[in-house]
Amino acid sequence: MSSENWKNTVKKTATKFAAAVAITGAIGVGAAAAQETFKVGIVTFLSGGAAESFGIPAWNGGELLINLLNQGGVLPPPYDQPGFGGMMIEAIPVDESGGATKQVQEFRNLVQRENVDAVLGYVSSGDCLAIPPVADELKAFTILYDCGTPRVFEEGSYEYVFRTAAHAAMDNISLARYMESRGIEANTIAGINQDYAWGQDSWADFVASMSVLVPDAEVETALFPKIFAGQYGTEISALIRVNADVVHSSLWGGDLQAFVLQAGPRGLFERSQVALAAGDHVMPQLGNKMPDGVIIGARGMNGLAARANASPLTNLLWEAYEEEYGVFPVQAPFRMWQGILGLKVAVETAMAANGGNKPTAEELAAAMTGQEWEAPSGLIQMVLGNGHQAIQPNAIGTTKWDDATGQMTLVDIEYYSATCVNPPAGVKAIDWIHDGFPGAVCD
Amino acid sequence: MELLAYILVDGLIYGAWLFIVSLGLTLVFGILNILNMAHGSLYAIGAYAAASAVGAYFALGGEAFPFGSYAAMVIGAIFVALILGPLLEYGLLRHFYGRDHVILVLVTYGVFLILEDAMKLIWGVTPLFVSEPYSLLGNVEFGPLYYVTYDFLVIAVAILVGLGVWFVLNRTKRGKVVLAVIHDREMSKTMGVNVDRVFLISFTLGVFLAALGGALTAPMISVSPSIGVNVIILAFAVVIIGGLGSIEGAAIGALFVGIARAASVHLLPEAELFVIYLVMAIVLVFRPEGLFQKTQARKI
Repeated sequence: MSSENWKNTVKKTATKFAAAVAITGAIGVGAAAAQETFKVGIVTFLSGGAAESFGIPAWNGGELLINLLNQGGVLPPPYDQPGFGGMMIEAIPVDESGGATKQVQEFRNLVQRENVDAVLGYVSSGDCLAIPPVADELKAFTILYDCGTPRVFEEGSYEYVFRTAAHAAMDNISLARYMESRGIEANTIAGINQDYAWGQDSWADFVASMSVLVPDAEVETALFPKIFAGQYGTEISALIRVNADVVHSSLWGGDLQAFVLQAGPRGLFERSQVALAAGDHVMPQLGNKMPDGVIIGARGMNGLAARANASPLTNLLWEAYEEEYGVFPVQAPFRMWQGILGLKVAVETAMAANGGNKPTAEELAAAMTGQEWEAPSGLIQMVLGNGHQAIQPNAIGTTKWDDATGQMTLVDIEYYSATCVNPPAGVKAIDWIHDGFPGAVCD
Repeated sequence: MELLAYILVDGLIYGAWLFIVSLGLTLVFGILNILNMAHGSLYAIGAYAAASAVGAYFALGGEAFPFGSYAAMVIGAIFVALILGPLLEYGLLRHFYGRDHVILVLVTYGVFLILEDAMKLIWGVTPLFVSEPYSLLGNVEFGPLYYVTYDFLVIAVAILVGLGVWFVLNRTKRGKVVLAVIHDREMSKTMGVNVDRVFLISFTLGVFLAALGGALTAPMISVSPSIGVNVIILAFAVVIIGGLGSIEGAAIGALFVGIARAASVHLLPEAELFVIYLVMAIVLVFRPEGLFQKTQARKI
């Protein structure tokens, strides 16, 4: 960063802080609360392969929301009180890259040296599996805001750990429901997914869901290139050769961008219906290089699907994000927003119960258990994992380039209620799929 | 029969790309005796430089003659080589010649880490796209499949670059000097060969080949941080199969890996990753020095 940029950033931050202090005073929050801060360690990928697609947009969205919350009175109720219950929010960003062992050390640093009041983070499923036991050991209130593996609360139980986003099974159940409800021909399916837990699980969930909803669908081929492979020429040949009706992919980031760039000119998108389980995050970068007619999910009612649903909260954050960063928000900032807003609700609920004091980790955990709140991505309900794991609505749409605005849009969007695409409490996602979604409530 | 043809074409395309990426690595090892861990970063910087050059070309009115973007890509790779080649060889590596192999591996690994961060400082983490050169040449129909003509351009470049390097080394006077340095650098020095200059030029050529690999790849991918990490692993596999320091070996190794991988993707996709290292393991069992490396007597 140049010295000029640095000065501007400092000046901007100082102005925002001054405004926050002024507004806090003006609306009459108690003096003790106004002077106190709530320290949150925010852990996400600031470098490495997942930074550009998930980490940086999430951090940008988080920083933006924290600034707005600290100003107070900007967001609609119930988020209009400054900071968290009048306490200014102090974010301490930590880079998630480096693997689970490093992250456990970073987590200990945040809790024991930085004395944070809460940790909110983790995109990688590996990190999400490694952190919870340490969080419980240190009695540190922790929110997992992004990662997808269902294993965290299906195989474990934690007192101080919560996940404010639905796990990944929802993504592929929704895709299969979209195929069924839209009558998309899917007699044969093929897949290209990365060769690690995320890709393997996504494919397994999709195939299992299709076998229930579209029982005639047959798997032609399942390709699992290495993560960050970058070259997909051979895989594209194999997909075109088998000529499946539907090609499923949960590729993300640079891998997905490369796949779209290489498959487009070779006609894969014209020959097969391509369905991208989590593909919305590459749309701003690819622009019109993303073909029309691709079925896209966003791991929740996020990004363009949320914009189309237009709540005042979504519109406000969407426009602020676009103005600040010159690009529209995709799934990552939405998950960060729902995590931060969930934390705000938990802090303020706990403060209401303890007479307005800064809540302890135990009080936060009690307030968060079974909590629900409105986020830009819809109603978030902590109903799984004994009230520690969220469910949320989802949306699937189809890409269509809009020449007038020069932006990719989503059309034919189908919205799914949380209870339609998430298993009920006490049931493992894959068992729920295999059993034919018993108890699913679809609007 | 049709399937066999697809496997061969896909394998050839992938192998050609691998060969370009691996050639610089094997050349630097063959001449300078350095296992250059920074090769992947040089590839990535080549991709970034090409993306920037092509972007600038179109921004300056290149739409009128889009084919000029290919020249912009090569100029980007040359630019990288001319800056980073001398900087790294003269400014750093030269001070470590004669040290243990492991020291040089650690030094170049350090360079790799520095360059990874330098890329983020220069280009940020937002990916760059320059897909225009990829689709500019249209498609080639091959049975029910379309191939992008650009893929065949990569094959042509691989053949040209491979033959060019081989010709210079084996059929020119300057190449003979380089071979003399490879065989015995002390003896070459006593015979009046400027070994330092040979090293400088050879390393710069190695950097150019890495950057060229990146430049040719840039239109096919989104150029973003960390794209060099996987490439270095694959390039190592190729040069180990072919024999460290052997150009012919790198060509055959790349072809083996390309075809084995293509066969696996088409026939047994579960083994796609395994098959590359299976080929490497089989070669090493029968030829521990690689396919084309001659067994050398150790100097005492």
